[in-house]
Amino acid sequence: MSTESSAIGAVEGVSLYDVEHPAPVIEPPRKRTGKTPKGSRTNFEMYAWLFMRLSGIVLVVLVIGHLLIQLVLDGGVSKIGFAFVAGRWASPFWQVWDLAMLWLAMLHGANGLRTVINDYAERDNSRFWLKMLLYTATVFTVLLGTLVIFTFDPNIR
Amino acid sequence: MATPTLDKVEAESAASPYITVTFRIRRFNPEVSDEAQWQDFQIEIDPKERVLDALHKIKWETDGTLTFRRSCAHGICGSDAMRINGKNRLACKTLIKDINPEKPITVEAIKGLTVLKDLVVDMDPFFQAYRDVMPFLITKGNEPTRERLQSAEDRERFDDTTKCILCAACTSSCPVFWNDGQYFGPAAIVNAHRFIFDSRDEGGEQRLEILNDRDGVWRCRTTFNCTDACPRGIEVTKAIQEVKRALITRRF
Repeated sequence: MSTESSAIGAVEGVSLYDVEHPAPVIEPPRKRTGKTPKGSRTNFEMYAWLFMRLSGIVLVVLVIGHLLIQLVLDGGVSKIGFAFVAGRWASPFWQVWDLAMLWLAMLHGANGLRTVINDYAERDNSRFWLKMLLYTATVFTVLLGTLVIFTFDPNIR
Repeated sequence: MATPTLDKVEAESAASPYITVTFRIRRFNPEVSDEAQWQDFQIEIDPKERVLDALHKIKWETDGTLTFRRSCAHGICGSDAMRINGKNRLACKTLIKDINPEKPITVEAIKGLTVLKDLVVDMDPFFQAYRDVMPFLITKGNEPTRERLQSAEDRERFDDTTKCILCAACTSSCPVFWNDGQYFGPAAIVNAHRFIFDSRDEGGEQRLEILNDRDGVWRCRTTFNCTDACPRGIEVTKAIQEVKRALITRRF
């Protein structure tokens, strides 16, 4: 070999590796073998994929409308206060709007992060715990937000 | 008339077509070192030759330990897919003049598969994914006594995906496959597409079921790396999207 090898030790230039003791090769993460289990036979991944597309379209309308109302129209950001929120949530229309936005945005984001974890977490353990953390945070936020929208009391003191 | 022609021939033979090209090749030999490293080779070569010819010249005249796969050397067998100047190509279909021989040309093994030596990778996971989509004709009932006929339109439906040579250029350019080898990868989906849309085949539903799985088509991020990499010009991402559409339309 004409290549200069960094694995040739300082001691008498003896290589750590030879024909009998080859260096370990770098295996790809989670490679497919004959023992790879067959699929779960559910449509979950398809529904998740469809949900991302459909919720994305709805969210564009909901979020841009939300931003316009909150930040641009009628005085902009300076008008936002407890009274403003209480006034809007007095109407069932805005309750439904905010509820839909909360659920769609949280599920859309959670599914996106689930995809990212599936793509990038190499070990099964880290995948599992990252996803558990993600699901816990999602359920907590969705439930808390829903609770607030439904039990909001404008006369709270 | 004869004299000018003679002059021209003499002028051409005087100007050599050979230029000096540097090939920067990523070498790995587990019997020497556990680390891969770049090695430069300077060779005199006609830029109208292919990268494979340059690799041959290096192996035959400079360094016989250089290891790479090639079989037919004419873009059909799919043995010599490699990463040339950072892009997956077939060494036997890449002309040196097309990839800027002024600068060193980098050659390395395709990514996402175990490098065994120099440019040779372990293709087993790749072919396992290929086997898992059942790339063979599945039919029910008795075998007909004559050939299974098909209209030109029905043949045209899957014509693009019959061109695959299983070189792994697409699968090893896919960022999802780099990070998770459980993903079937573009090549397996292309070969499933070839049978799913074949009017003579009756196993389409089984293949769709396999690709509907966690590691199937829904992991595709449509980055188009596979379409860019395919040396046969197959519209790989389009084929994957067609499988997705078939799954959705058959389920609803």
